[in-house]
Amino acid sequence: MCLGVPGRVVAVNEFTATVDFWGVRKDVRLDIVDEPVAPGDYILNHVGFAIRRIPPESVAETLALYDALLEGDDTDLMTGDVRAEIAGTS
Amino acid sequence: MSATPLQFRDPQLARSLAATLAHLVDGLGRPAAVMHVCGSHEQAIAKFGLRSLFPKALDVIMGPGCPVCVTDVPEVDEGVLLAAQGVRIATFGDMLKVPGTVRSLADAQAMGGKIDIIYSPKQAVDLARKTTEEVVLFATGFETTAVATAAVILDSPPPNFSVLSAHKYIPPVMEIVAEMPGSRIEGFLAAGHAATITGSAIFEEFVERHGVPVVIAGFEPNDILAGLVELVELIREGKPRVVNMFPRCVTREGNLAAQQQLWRVFRSTGGRWRGIAHVPNGNLRLRDEFAHVDARKRFPIDLASLWDYAPPALAGQCICGDIMAGIRNPRDCRLFNRECVPENPVGACMVSNEGTCKIWHLYGGVPA
Repeated sequence: MCLGVPGRVVAVNEFTATVDFWGVRKDVRLDIVDEPVAPGDYILNHVGFAIRRIPPESVAETLALYDALLEGDDTDLMTGDVRAEIAGTS
Repeated sequence: MSATPLQFRDPQLARSLAATLAHLVDGLGRPAAVMHVCGSHEQAIAKFGLRSLFPKALDVIMGPGCPVCVTDVPEVDEGVLLAAQGVRIATFGDMLKVPGTVRSLADAQAMGGKIDIIYSPKQAVDLARKTTEEVVLFATGFETTAVATAAVILDSPPPNFSVLSAHKYIPPVMEIVAEMPGSRIEGFLAAGHAATITGSAIFEEFVERHGVPVVIAGFEPNDILAGLVELVELIREGKPRVVNMFPRCVTREGNLAAQQQLWRVFRSTGGRWRGIAHVPNGNLRLRDEFAHVDARKRFPIDLASLWDYAPPALAGQCICGDIMAGIRNPRDCRLFNRECVPENPVGACMVSNEGTCKIWHLYGGVPA
């Protein structure tokens, strides 16, 4: 649950961003994030809210971890948590 | 068993970190115990087989880092009683099988209660907008999740939406665990993403009061190893302080916008954490200003109706509380992997994906 999931911002309207998570586009709320977010940025989504803009220099490293986590099957707890985080968006 | 083989992106770095860790622990000349307070850390440790790389003399214990596990029995009872009144309960899937005094939410559902699984507080609001029924978000989670609940409360939810808050606040429980008589914990590994909200500064006062170092670490296997290296180094130095090893997500002051929303909606108050203790300031409850969205104010909830029931016999043998306090581990429990399994859990630690028992059950626990 505290893992979150990173995604790439595709579009921003006032309080919501359209974010791409491994090819799936979802809406994420921007109420909580403390920095301006622009298309091309990566954010960390937790339960449908962006909680952090990921510094550009950390994006590759962050994505690599999640690539590995998403390789698991449905019984894997971390894979399940990451998928649940994506399901928390709308 | 779905434990995956080691998938370090940099196995050479992992080996080198493990060797450094072993050397440092050797240098201490005695066994040491450290605690992390995050289900995702325990998942990563178990999934990537990190315990086989930890020195034997270093005990890495998962503390009360599972919000669902520490949701207290009367809090589950409140949700069950609301469901029995015909109120729709929206909650995270992990909550369903958590035992209450008599029933779990899954039992309430089997008896006709309306329980909806959500993945975000926002989805509970969406549900309320689509119906005229009363919808209660049974909200669990630490501060990282509570800020999302705060945000939906501040965003003019519909009048049939309210919140039953079982949100918990992590910093105070670290104080409790550090002060437990006979505590062996000499350092804490704090969770990177939770600290994203709170910032690293929140741990500074803790370190000053308890003389125990705190290292903030990420979830990559090498992040965890590097965090432990730093932590043991701090123990050896004997000059406790806070070290942030996750600067890519955590700043000293944290996410101020999120903190502001959190404390505008919630106040911290003392309450019991299941199996652990009364934790002063450990529970997050709605401020009076938000009484109109507080399910505890909106509905009569008579917990006394459950007082005549004795807890199920097996529940008396569950040592979940001792496990979360770091005193014992799942292997010490006579129910673990026998009467208590994820399909039929006795204690909350076997229910949640973030519970120590479920994680050990799934990934095979500690190496012999």
